[in-house]
Amino acid sequence: MTEQGIGARLLRKEDDRLLRGRGQFVADLRFAGLKDVAFVRSPLAHARIRGIVVPLTHKDAVFTAGDMKGVKPIRAVSGLRGFKASDQPSLATEKVRFVGELVAMCIAPTRAEAEDIASTVTLDLDELPAVYDMLAARNSTSALLHDDWGDNVFLETFVDTNIDKALDAPIKVTREISTARQCMAPLEGRGAVAIWDKRLEQLTLHSACQMPHIVRTGLAGCLGLDEGQVRVIAPDVGGGFGYKAILLAEEVCLGWLAMQCGHPVRWIEDRREHLTAGANCREHHYRITGYADRDGRLLGIDCEATVDSGAYSSYPFSACLEAAQVASILPGPYDFPAYRCRTYSIATNKCPILPYRGVARTGVCFALELVLDAIAREVGIEPHEVRAKILVKPEQMPFDNITKKHFDSGDYPESLRRAVGSIDIPAVRVRQKNGETDGRLIGVGLATYCEQAAHGTSVYYGWGIPMVPGFEQATARLTPDGGLELRVGVHSHGQGLETTLAQVAHEILGIDVSKIKVVHGDTAMTPYSTGTWGSRCMVMAGGAVSAACKEIAKRAAKIGAQLLQTDVSRVTVRGGEVVGSQGSITLGEIARTWYLKPQNLPSDVDPGGLEATIGYKPVRDTGTFSYATHAALVAVDPEIGDIEILDYVIVEDGGKLVNPMIVDGQIYGGFAQGVGTALYEEMPFNSAGQPLASTFADYLLPGPTEVPAPRVDHMETLAPYTEFGVKGIGEGGAIAPPAAIANAVNDALRPLGAELLNSPITPRRVLEAIARAGRSAT
Amino acid sequence: MKPVRFDYARPADLAAAIALGRRDDVVVKVIAGGQSLGPMLNLRLIQPDLLVDITAIAELKRVEEAADSITIGSCVTHADIEDGHVPDVTCGALRAVASGIAYRAVRNRGTIGGSLVHADPSADWISALTALGASVIIHGAQQERRVPIEGFMAGVFETDLASGELVSGIQIPRLSSAARWGYYKTCRKTGEFAHAIGVYLEDPERSVCRAVIGATGGKPIVFADANALVGAGRSPGALDVKLARDGMTAHGLTDPIDQQIHLAALRRAIARANGS
Repeated sequence: MTEQGIGARLLRKEDDRLLRGRGQFVADLRFAGLKDVAFVRSPLAHARIRGIVVPLTHKDAVFTAGDMKGVKPIRAVSGLRGFKASDQPSLATEKVRFVGELVAMCIAPTRAEAEDIASTVTLDLDELPAVYDMLAARNSTSALLHDDWGDNVFLETFVDTNIDKALDAPIKVTREISTARQCMAPLEGRGAVAIWDKRLEQLTLHSACQMPHIVRTGLAGCLGLDEGQVRVIAPDVGGGFGYKAILLAEEVCLGWLAMQCGHPVRWIEDRREHLTAGANCREHHYRITGYADRDGRLLGIDCEATVDSGAYSSYPFSACLEAAQVASILPGPYDFPAYRCRTYSIATNKCPILPYRGVARTGVCFALELVLDAIAREVGIEPHEVRAKILVKPEQMPFDNITKKHFDSGDYPESLRRAVGSIDIPAVRVRQKNGETDGRLIGVGLATYCEQAAHGTSVYYGWGIPMVPGFEQATARLTPDGGLELRVGVHSHGQGLETTLAQVAHEILGIDVSKIKVVHGDTAMTPYSTGTWGSRCMVMAGGAVSAACKEIAKRAAKIGAQLLQTDVSRVTVRGGEVVGSQGSITLGEIARTWYLKPQNLPSDVDPGGLEATIGYKPVRDTGTFSYATHAALVAVDPEIGDIEILDYVIVEDGGKLVNPMIVDGQIYGGFAQGVGTALYEEMPFNSAGQPLASTFADYLLPGPTEVPAPRVDHMETLAPYTEFGVKGIGEGGAIAPPAAIANAVNDALRPLGAELLNSPITPRRVLEAIARAGRSAT
Repeated sequence: MKPVRFDYARPADLAAAIALGRRDDVVVKVIAGGQSLGPMLNLRLIQPDLLVDITAIAELKRVEEAADSITIGSCVTHADIEDGHVPDVTCGALRAVASGIAYRAVRNRGTIGGSLVHADPSADWISALTALGASVIIHGAQQERRVPIEGFMAGVFETDLASGELVSGIQIPRLSSAARWGYYKTCRKTGEFAHAIGVYLEDPERSVCRAVIGATGGKPIVFADANALVGAGRSPGALDVKLARDGMTAHGLTDPIDQQIHLAALRRAIARANGS
């Protein structure tokens, strides 16, 4: 390891501007003639539109669906059999299907004035019954979201592997488990500025997005433009978490509007829009049964999972990725012989559910890990003993599990052993026996999960969604002064890629990272990429940067050998130089030779020069498997239902860590979001389909005082198929905390016979569970 | 969301502020610290024509200490009290309550008078000052009047203030040195509005034994003579649960879980007053 290469704990290059307030986010951009947009949104969850009345005084400043002729609806189809497609119009036509759906667009010099205009638009709506309960929505008597479907099911999937062999197991534990609808809460919401360039006949969309190339493809399709007529720029972006992976109806509206009106137009999402009509995620329901023998060995899992997908299928991930993934990832890191799972993706009168950090994994980890603990209680053994019996073992690697997931490497039982030791379960048991002086009850909980990352073509073509990732490309370019530019199609909005990709290049070329510039976030300047999602960037873009830099090294070596008057076989590239036996020459001098003094180049020089775009894919693209065991120690106040996290341990294996400090940051951030899922975050809806949290006073996020510092322990098992052995680790921190914390709460409440099965675990839910247990005991 | 267009005035004296508040040709809203009003403006929950900022009025920031009480100007901030800039006549109660309000950023701007006038049942001051037996000093065009705080808050976001009236200060009785108090609130997270508040004050030299259950669906529930409620010995087990529950039920706080949490808050406030 060098001081700046793979494995170095380097301070993040981008923090110099971000921490000094010099970042440039969409809302910071200024353009002459810019006007602001405010949307008229549906106040009802489900209604037929009878009319939209715009006062004459504002008729030139208000646009409705009727104006946007030729604009196609957003359509994200899955190739999975039986999937029903939805058309999401940019502005509502005929029907509104969720509170906050766009109905009209108002334009004015300022946002406040645009809102004034929006408040003068009157909607004549014929209210229909709201479909707000995903389980009831499956009934044939339910109102229909999409009239021509015949039901409200986007997709139903079914797998069965030998479940009949488990049904007679002596231990059978059935639970009904759910995770609440949540909102992703990046510091920055969505936002866009659209500009039509008459000279280039090109639409530029500045967007707070994490997948600019995909947004470009989707936007061009909706607007009927050639892709060359659309440029998407994602400047500094304040966190994504999946919300910014989506092509928004607002963006289609703005693109169309910019082409109409000849001046730049802007929409900056406010927090109310974001909470009530934007960033919803995570609403899962499980009916799940675990079968085990009397020793607590898991023999089978039988599950029916339902996901509330909301009103429309979002581009590009579709309305079914979440539920369909449930079926394939529910078995987690465990080896057991029988499995059945049926899943439903249900359309409801809520805004579309979007993939959030961890995507379906947080829900399945919650469901499965709670059942494992229930089995442990039923059998009367420690929860970690149940897990130890079935965790995939290192000698089984590589291992194909019951749903054909290919586990690449790792020592899962070791992560469990370390977590159990670190949280010191025997000591907790003693402490529980002695009781707490303050009357609280303490409990310990575990959760082990695996995180498939950077999975590529072989996995995604099966889902058949609008985008399937293939080779990831990067461009490396030596500049005449010996600096390096890296151009990548992924986007960095918190991941620290401006630093870590530079570290990768440094590892190959030895150029000082201060002279390495990572260019990203502009479709005009970077190779096409599906972008930043699925914890794929370090594996895919890191691999591509490495490959491109190796190509540059090869070409530079040839030029360097000529200048050193030696044979190319006798030189190496290291430390920013081409080094021969008799001397060395800097990459800067080689670059100057190529660009400015070509008379000194060898006659057989590579005409591609010192710029190379190379595509990369791991040897096997079924994904890297990082994993962790989380262990939580909590105290529950049985009188008021408060929960305090006393200690939290994470034993994580993320393969080769490119920058361990950034990995720690990813884990801390994910953990904070996991604490939110576990204890705080909930977007409730009433029976009219009205979202009941519209500010951060109602939608609670954990703050610094609610998120203790987890103790993180790293294992580093190299991935066998990727460059440097790296694995994706972007999402893991957010996956296990709800399960570990819930298991800890249930362990604490065990003397009272109470069990919590729904997230978030609020004081009210705790007290209700205790009250229920008290009633059933008497 | 952005506020509607409004005019803004920042008068330098009370009379001018009251005169602006009495205008009946426009919708007038008074702003002090703005920590609740600001978001409400942005959400367009209120749409005033004129915002009258009273924070430039010197007399509203005054603190006057007397033999048997202290009067705190309505524009004194929570942070002023937290930081000890207000003389302590409550055996540390005011300072302790102030330091637990929301976050420091809110305390820097939020004011004691603004909090009372906003009349959010979950706020700290309305419950704490009720237990302390405070009075609200109200200025109108003609006269000044004093209202015991129990009579000031009328309901959720509603007060006894008439059009054109302003709260100029809060008068808080001086506790005897033997007084004991306890304040307990439950919040889902630090800085959030309270889910339940319990306050207890016992000052035998002044013959005061008062308990308050706050963060209800409306006005705080006051047990002006709490001797029977807290029971002999003041031990947690002595609390008359039925009396407390009846009080809550009478005030519309009927949900058993809510009652349980409020009861626990009160019990813990009493325990704190007793030094445990």
